[in-house]
Amino acid sequence: MSEIHEQQPITLTIDGKQVTVPKGVTVKQACEFNNIAIPALCYDPELTSLGSCRLCVVEVNGFKNLPASCVTTATEGMVIQTQSQAVVESRKMMLELLLADHPMDCLTCHKNGSCLLQDYAYQYQVKGELFAGNKHRYPIEDDNPFILRDLNKCIDCGKCVRVCSEVQGRHVLDYAYRGYEMKISTAMDYTLANSDCVFCGSCVAVCPTGALVEKNMVGKGRSFEVEKVKTTCPFCGVGCNFDLNVKDGRVIGVTSNPDSVVNGRHLCVKGRFGTDYIYSPERITTPLIKKDGEFVEATWDEALDLVANRLLAIKKESGNDSIGVLSSARCTNEENYLMQKWVRAVIGTNNVDHCART
Amino acid sequence: MTNSFEDLENTKLIFLIGSNPTEAHPILGVKMKKAIRNGAKLIVIDPRKTEMAEIADLWLPIQPGTDIALLNGLMHVILNEDIYDHAFVGERTENIQELKETVEKYTPELVAEMTGIEVELIYQAARLYAQTRDASICYTLGITEHVVGTMNVMSIANLAMLTGHLGRENVGVNPLRGQNNVQGACDMGALPDVFPGYQKVFKEEARKRLETTWNVSLSDRVGLTIPEMMDSAIAGNLKAMMIMGEDPVLTDPDANHVHKALESLDFLVVQDLFINETAKLADVFLPAASFAEKDGTFTNSERRVQRVRKAIEPLGNAKTDWTIITELSRRMGYPMKYQNVEEVFNEMTTVNPIYAGMDYQRIDKKGLQWPVPTKEHSGTRVLHVGQFTKGKGTFKGIEHLPPAEVPDKEYPYLLSTGRRIYHYNITTQYSPTLKEYQPEELAMVNPEDASHLQLKDGDKIKVASRRGEIIVATEITDRVPKGMVWMAFHHKESPTNVLTNGAYDPVSQTGEYKVAAVKVEKYN
Repeated sequence: MSEIHEQQPITLTIDGKQVTVPKGVTVKQACEFNNIAIPALCYDPELTSLGSCRLCVVEVNGFKNLPASCVTTATEGMVIQTQSQAVVESRKMMLELLLADHPMDCLTCHKNGSCLLQDYAYQYQVKGELFAGNKHRYPIEDDNPFILRDLNKCIDCGKCVRVCSEVQGRHVLDYAYRGYEMKISTAMDYTLANSDCVFCGSCVAVCPTGALVEKNMVGKGRSFEVEKVKTTCPFCGVGCNFDLNVKDGRVIGVTSNPDSVVNGRHLCVKGRFGTDYIYSPERITTPLIKKDGEFVEATWDEALDLVANRLLAIKKESGNDSIGVLSSARCTNEENYLMQKWVRAVIGTNNVDHCART
Repeated sequence: MTNSFEDLENTKLIFLIGSNPTEAHPILGVKMKKAIRNGAKLIVIDPRKTEMAEIADLWLPIQPGTDIALLNGLMHVILNEDIYDHAFVGERTENIQELKETVEKYTPELVAEMTGIEVELIYQAARLYAQTRDASICYTLGITEHVVGTMNVMSIANLAMLTGHLGRENVGVNPLRGQNNVQGACDMGALPDVFPGYQKVFKEEARKRLETTWNVSLSDRVGLTIPEMMDSAIAGNLKAMMIMGEDPVLTDPDANHVHKALESLDFLVVQDLFINETAKLADVFLPAASFAEKDGTFTNSERRVQRVRKAIEPLGNAKTDWTIITELSRRMGYPMKYQNVEEVFNEMTTVNPIYAGMDYQRIDKKGLQWPVPTKEHSGTRVLHVGQFTKGKGTFKGIEHLPPAEVPDKEYPYLLSTGRRIYHYNITTQYSPTLKEYQPEELAMVNPEDASHLQLKDGDKIKVASRRGEIIVATEITDRVPKGMVWMAFHHKESPTNVLTNGAYDPVSQTGEYKVAAVKVEKYN
């Protein structure tokens, strides 16, 4: 955008108001610079624009048709209407057509409350009753543990196709077949599990409907029920941020946080789907003391007193340097700081290391 | 990293050596691919045909353990053809003569023989890297996990200095750090020779300052590293260990040696989420809280300090690691009084000069990249601008040395190790989702070797080194060269590090995970 801003501004009229915008922006951007919201399903600022959903249409004086504002460049003197009768009717028609082949199962849909199609249907009060025609009955794809893929809810916006190729560089998805049979597909129409997909889930992050959702979150909590806590991924050293979704004191999954400075909305399979180790059945949450070769549950006082007393005794008998401590590259800075402080100030040795070298 | 992720997106050439970012650092892989889509060239040096190797302009399939020979060969060409950065070398470096004398003998023809790389590729890579103004080197454990790891890194530094690829945007020498907070753990002084901020324990000034802040007297003797602790335990000198958030039995090289060391201790405490392979040997197990159950900060590979935020209470009776440490400390006669981790962070910034200007408010949204010496400082995207920490950069003549163990008649295959996309070290084994999708290790075997061993995809093999043996299923793939078996170390059912060599780099004491000699037979 900085390049755009450096160029000569242009003046145009939007909804009767004269506005000035940088040269080179689209009509959609020109509207948004002036706080006029334009609906869109296939548009994403991070991806190339297709202009295919036709929800972002506006009326421009002198244009024969209603152009898609996301792919129309704003020009000097343009007179634009974003809410004219023709525009509203056109958007309603597009929504009617989309809903004509969309399951009306918002009651059980995981995206209820965070579905763009639902938002616009509500905003334009479109019920999807105008065209009673065929509906697709694709089988729901659930042969992988990460992504639930329900093509019946797909509106063919193609954001998944573009994010996979333009951001992740993997090209797993594309359009296939023709006309009514057209759908988003992998090569040879395999399931994701049998394709080159590595389940980064960027497609889930950009999907406007319930066609692609996090399988492990389905039924556990919808967006309006969860508290989102932004944190940093516990796996590799890239330091992606994401939102832990919490409902009733339990983490139900991970969703992208677009304000993540390192990674934006993008994650890998581990960050997006792998934090369920928190609730692993193998997790131990009680101190254990080994007696006769077996671990026995203990209270914190028993365990900590034992550790403190044994370490003090060994320190006294064999010297400070007879104790060694491994801190952790998986723990926080604060914990590492305290650990090395404890080793140095309390045990009295510099025998502290961690897996940086191993 | 000398530079930042943003630089990798904007660079014109990525020189990727011993690194597999699309699996080990996937989001960095995404950024590199973005640079490539925008026209950046890619040179990949890796024995395996990784995803990045497949899309590289130049892929140099190197014989493991010959990185110094290759880097010297590249510098030989660059010096011979006089395409090095005279201005940078003249103004910012010293000792070029030593480098010239050393690399003189590394002719591309000789290097081709040593590394197994075609001569022409060596010329092309040297010219492309030297003649691209914005060229960025990225490396990972393929460089450091060798007995010559430190010398490998110094050779990379030689190459970057020779071509002036340091001290400005979109260039640099960029080690991609492994664990989420390995950078931070080092910054915090969880190392035997340095206090927080890399202040040496034997330097009086820093020690005196800490003694005042902590109100204790401190040892000036450098402590033991992990491998030294293990040796010392076996020798009977180290009596007790406390291990927090690590599983050295599964992750350290020569696992049987580590196992023996920990069994030799009088007292072992393990603080973790799970009874991992190390915890099985513990006398006391202290249940810790996961990242979702605590506040704090992690420091990433580009030195960016970012917040970790508590989402839920610790499960069951678990406690955060920092709470456990303070409670132990109190019991041992040194009360640590912190209301929350923010107070710990604030104390740390008073003794750690590179973090001095940070606080939770400043890092809240986007983090800050150290060094941040003052509250007014906005963080550091590029290190070594204008001059190096020590002043001038010193070229070192570095000679090739072979790995500690190379294949021979008895152990004819070369075992190399690394990470896979679906797992992260050992924690992801406890993720039901990831475990379901990739439940076991599949050792990579070249089709020619598979044919010789009469293996089908998925067949099991017994892999044995001088240190131990394991059974593992196989994947037959030409991504590995003939003569190499490649394995990750994520699965406790096939503990790869039983096989790896405990020989380590004398400076960094990093084990040679990348090269071990093994024998392989079909297992029925």
